[in-house]
Amino acid sequence: MSGPSTYEPKTGFTRWLDSRLPVVRLGWDSFVDFPTPRNLNYWYTFGGILTVCLMIQIITGIVLAMHYVPHIDHAFASVQRIDRDVNYGWLIRSIHAVGASMFFLAVYMHIFRGLYYGSYKAPRELLWILGVVIYLLMMAAAFLGYVLPWGQMSYWGAMVITNLLGAFPLIGGPITEWLWGGFSVGNATLNRFFSLHYLIPFLIAGVVGLHVWALHVPGNNNPTGIDVKSNRDTLPFHPYYTSKDGFAIVLFMVIFAFFVFYWPDALGHSDNFIPADPLVTPALIVPEWYLLPFYAILRAVPDKLGGVLLMFGAIGVLFILPWLDTSKVRSMRYRPLARWFFGFFVLACLGLGWAGAALPDDPVPGLGAVGVDFLMMGRVLTVYYFAYFLVILPILGFVEKPASRPASIEESVLGNSSQSAPAAVPAE
Amino acid sequence: MTEATETPGAHGEEPSRRDFIFIATGGALAVGGAFILWPFVDQMNPAADTLALASTEVNIAELEEGQEITVIYRERPHFVRRRTAAEVEAAREVNVANLPDGDARNFNIAAGSPATDENRSAMTAVVSEGVEIEDAVRASLLVTSANCTHLGCVPTEGAGDYGAWFCPCHGSHYDTSGRIRRGPAPENLSVPVMTFTSASVLRLG
Ligand code: HEM
Ligand code: FES
Repeated sequence: MSGPSTYEPKTGFTRWLDSRLPVVRLGWDSFVDFPTPRNLNYWYTFGGILTVCLMIQIITGIVLAMHYVPHIDHAFASVQRIDRDVNYGWLIRSIHAVGASMFFLAVYMHIFRGLYYGSYKAPRELLWILGVVIYLLMMAAAFLGYVLPWGQMSYWGAMVITNLLGAFPLIGGPITEWLWGGFSVGNATLNRFFSLHYLIPFLIAGVVGLHVWALHVPGNNNPTGIDVKSNRDTLPFHPYYTSKDGFAIVLFMVIFAFFVFYWPDALGHSDNFIPADPLVTPALIVPEWYLLPFYAILRAVPDKLGGVLLMFGAIGVLFILPWLDTSKVRSMRYRPLARWFFGFFVLACLGLGWAGAALPDDPVPGLGAVGVDFLMMGRVLTVYYFAYFLVILPILGFVEKPASRPASIEESVLGNSSQSAPAAVPAE
Repeated sequence: MTEATETPGAHGEEPSRRDFIFIATGGALAVGGAFILWPFVDQMNPAADTLALASTEVNIAELEEGQEITVIYRERPHFVRRRTAAEVEAAREVNVANLPDGDARNFNIAAGSPATDENRSAMTAVVSEGVEIEDAVRASLLVTSANCTHLGCVPTEGAGDYGAWFCPCHGSHYDTSGRIRRGPAPENLSVPVMTFTSASVLRLG
């Protein structure tokens, strides 16, 4: 939909600028006059929310870096000092720490949205893949950031995750030492993790640029999954979606602020208030909540290398998803079977998160009586996770009979008086 | 050859000077790029001062039977345990053929030696010239890395199926010789290079 530009510079200066560096034209075509399907619902506001999250992390991070000391003898104390002594340090650190969780909350909404409405399908495969790259970089940034306060969970999380790479035969050992810069997680490790933690968000910003570029070539998908056919199907981005996104951002900020001001430590782990001690391992090591499902997948396999491969595979499979889903229908609104499997998939992801937080040998509440422990639950859900992508979506495209779809986006929203309401309303 | 007919690198023509410059430039950039990349990769490896980390000396005279201390050697915690006679006995009775990891994992002896208790205990340590130390003391001493061979947690002392070490992270059980017996850990806890420099001092490294 990147049609001819509609921008017309009006003043002498903007004309002068436009013939030298058409940056205002770029902004106008991308965010003001950009034709956007008229039926986008609130699930489509998370892209804007994510952009805000990234900016918040970068701004608060740069401020934290002015007070933080990346040395094993000073890191913990410097973070405590930010919390207690630095002017408004408590606020800025709280925003950064809570912000990481909010960022992931938003990205999960964004990803599930894409999965439900089939936004990964042609012609948006590259857009989807760039999104998965951003997600990977986010996980790297969050993992590295969590090491910086140098508490017990920081240290042991770093230990367990870097040791994962040791699972690879032959190269594993040298790679972990290369990553550590020593014989174990130590000062060299903390230093380089800080450097990389600072770097990665800027890489993310770069990939976000590509992501938006790849979005603006085919244009947005929408809840019906039907292509835009005429300009009656679209609205200009501004003011319609600037205000809708803006409203969603404000709501999101209310939740964000609730955590920052009233419950800043809820999403962290109490063991991280104990300084890192290489001699004592906490009784239960768990990653931050947003990485728990992958931790459950890792533990589902009794073999070390197998677990590591499966965990990376869980993200790897997202890269090839556009070619795994064989259905011609994009939106699951019109896929009566797929939407059920999708519902179970969401539950499986939540269940994996629960299993990842628990001790593997503990019984699952309610199911303990029949001998189901968290390890077994993790295994069953891991099988479903992979089956959804590798078996269910490929087969479903052939066996499922899609429901009838509206003729156009315009019709799905405004209807033609006879066949209006019921079909289009529910999923919003 | 006139100017008009010259297409650089066209088939069947003599290579031109331009082709040569083109290939030479590309080659120099590729090789030079590879050479300059290496320092940027290698700088992350342990630095010379890290590699040269001093050895650690452990005072074993004060270790009671059944007592264990944890020392740091080369940035990593290590268990130093003066085992009871019963613990040594239990470790010796094990049939090596049934162990998940049959390798002694002991840097004092040849790689691939069988994981008998004799091959794991301080019996394998070097004894400096002129130092007298009882065999029973050497056999009772066990020094191993304190990082679980699964993902590196520090196992808890005196716990697990074998009453020796249990790793709480993902449930690995080690026996009184520091050998993996049950759980996800793939290898026995490794034994560092060690020397009795006097009757009361064991030097690691
Ligand atoms: C993708 C964006 C980012 C994410 C997801 C992220 C995530 C995190 C997390 C989870 C922590 C640990 C918070 C805690 O428990 O204390 C952290 C700490 C930290 N981050 Fe970031 N961060 C991001 C961007 C940045 C940037 C751009 C900088 C610097 C320019 C930065 C600098 C720091 C510093 C200095 C700390 C240590 C202080 C502290 O622990 O609060 N971060 N980050
Ligand atoms: S780290 Fe010891 S069992 Fe996993």
